[in-house]
Amino acid sequence: GKPTVTVLDYGSGNVRSAVRALEAAGAEVTLSAKAEDVLNADGLLVPGVGAFATVMKELKDVDAIRLIGRRVAGGRPVLAICVGLQVLFEKGVEHGVEAEGIGEWPGTVELLPAQVVPHMGWNTVTAPKGSLLFEGVENERFYFVHSYGVQHWDFDVTQPHMAPPKVTWSEHGAPFIAAVENGPLCATQFHPEKSGEAGARLLRNWVGSLRKAGAAKGATA
Amino acid sequence: MAVAIRVIPCLDVDAGRVVKGVNFKGLRDAGDPVALAHRYDRAGADELTFLDVTASSGNRETTFDVVRRTAEEVFIPLTVGGGVRGVAEVDKLLRFGADKASINTAAVARPEVIDEITRHFGSQVLVLSVDARRVNPAEGAGTPSGFEVTTHGGRQGTGIDAIAWAKEAADRGVGEILLNSIDADGTKDGFDLEMIRAVRAAVNIPLIASGGAGVPEHFPPAIAAGADAVLAASMFHFGPDDMIAQVKTAIREAGYEVR
Repeated sequence: GKPTVTVLDYGSGNVRSAVRALEAAGAEVTLSAKAEDVLNADGLLVPGVGAFATVMKELKDVDAIRLIGRRVAGGRPVLAICVGLQVLFEKGVEHGVEAEGIGEWPGTVELLPAQVVPHMGWNTVTAPKGSLLFEGVENERFYFVHSYGVQHWDFDVTQPHMAPPKVTWSEHGAPFIAAVENGPLCATQFHPEKSGEAGARLLRNWVGSLRKAGAAKGATA
Repeated sequence: MAVAIRVIPCLDVDAGRVVKGVNFKGLRDAGDPVALAHRYDRAGADELTFLDVTASSGNRETTFDVVRRTAEEVFIPLTVGGGVRGVAEVDKLLRFGADKASINTAAVARPEVIDEITRHFGSQVLVLSVDARRVNPAEGAGTPSGFEVTTHGGRQGTGIDAIAWAKEAADRGVGEILLNSIDADGTKDGFDLEMIRAVRAAVNIPLIASGGAGVPEHFPPAIAAGADAVLAASMFHFGPDDMIAQVKTAIREAGYEVR
């Protein structure tokens, strides 16, 4: 059957297009914040629109931080979008106020040093070789809408049993992280569900990887 | 490489149909909005804007349905405006599939609504639509910049200075400004470049230029004047199918990046 994806429904922004785009990418999609749906799906998509601190609070309110942590610990795929990416870092600074993030990765989310913010529109990315998400769309533009970003990646530790993290960069005023692929945990600063054909391909790449993960799981069961 | 200049077709929707007039009057029928949205997506539109042009006189539910049906199938950003009064309408639009809401009259009447909406949903969700016209101080109708904010689709003057208003809205947290020249709208004589330059100098948020585009050559000067995005309606609705591509070619040949 189709891989199952739960889109985390925690009150943030427009989740409808994420649901539709994942369905178009071949997934069977459930919109839910129930623990069983969040834990049992082949993939979890964490959308994110709005302010860092607000999103963190909303995630806490539905116990999502613990559930995301459980999935990642178990090697089960998670894809986070936009502010969903940002909260995976240690902290965010908005309007001079610091908020604690989930802290899966070291780093701080800060205002982009550009003349015009928000960074709004279609920008290019520089994806590393062997990227799963960007296969076939390395040279396409994706739709960004954000004022804050992570400008440094300091997590190049390599563990014998894990592939090193793959980081994709973009630039607006300064280079910033456009996507991370780190074992089961993937995230994009742009909105694949709003990035037309390029975004559709990226989502198909991710959903396709769930199918393989599911097949591997079935083989070991 | 940099963020691309966005080319945005605008669909003025009335009772479930796309309409377009000259100087906001004399509306002509231009087709089914969902079919047009599809066509523009395939033709390379970077974003779509729906404006519910008869929002105050009903047909709101029809527009919500148009937004819903479009968002089901078109995966580029959708902005919806017309009759947006506060947090509740924005919330409803987002639930129906819009990515951004644009606000005009309600923000002029009560600027605090900008703070309320952006605090709730973030700056990126709100576009301030400014319908501005030139006013002549010699006729006793001046504003400091010579540009005045109008409401109700350009039918009512407010006496508010358009440049000061854009700056105030940006300070209150609005994510971008859609600047529409009422004088140029529908004329096909080109954008009001002076107005674009004046707003660009006043704010550091994205600026969408609108009003007056008639040929692809009209677009690069608007970008040179400071626009990050360009919006047009009739030249896309009534022009050849490849008009978006023609506009992008003109922008690219002038040295700017497009998708």
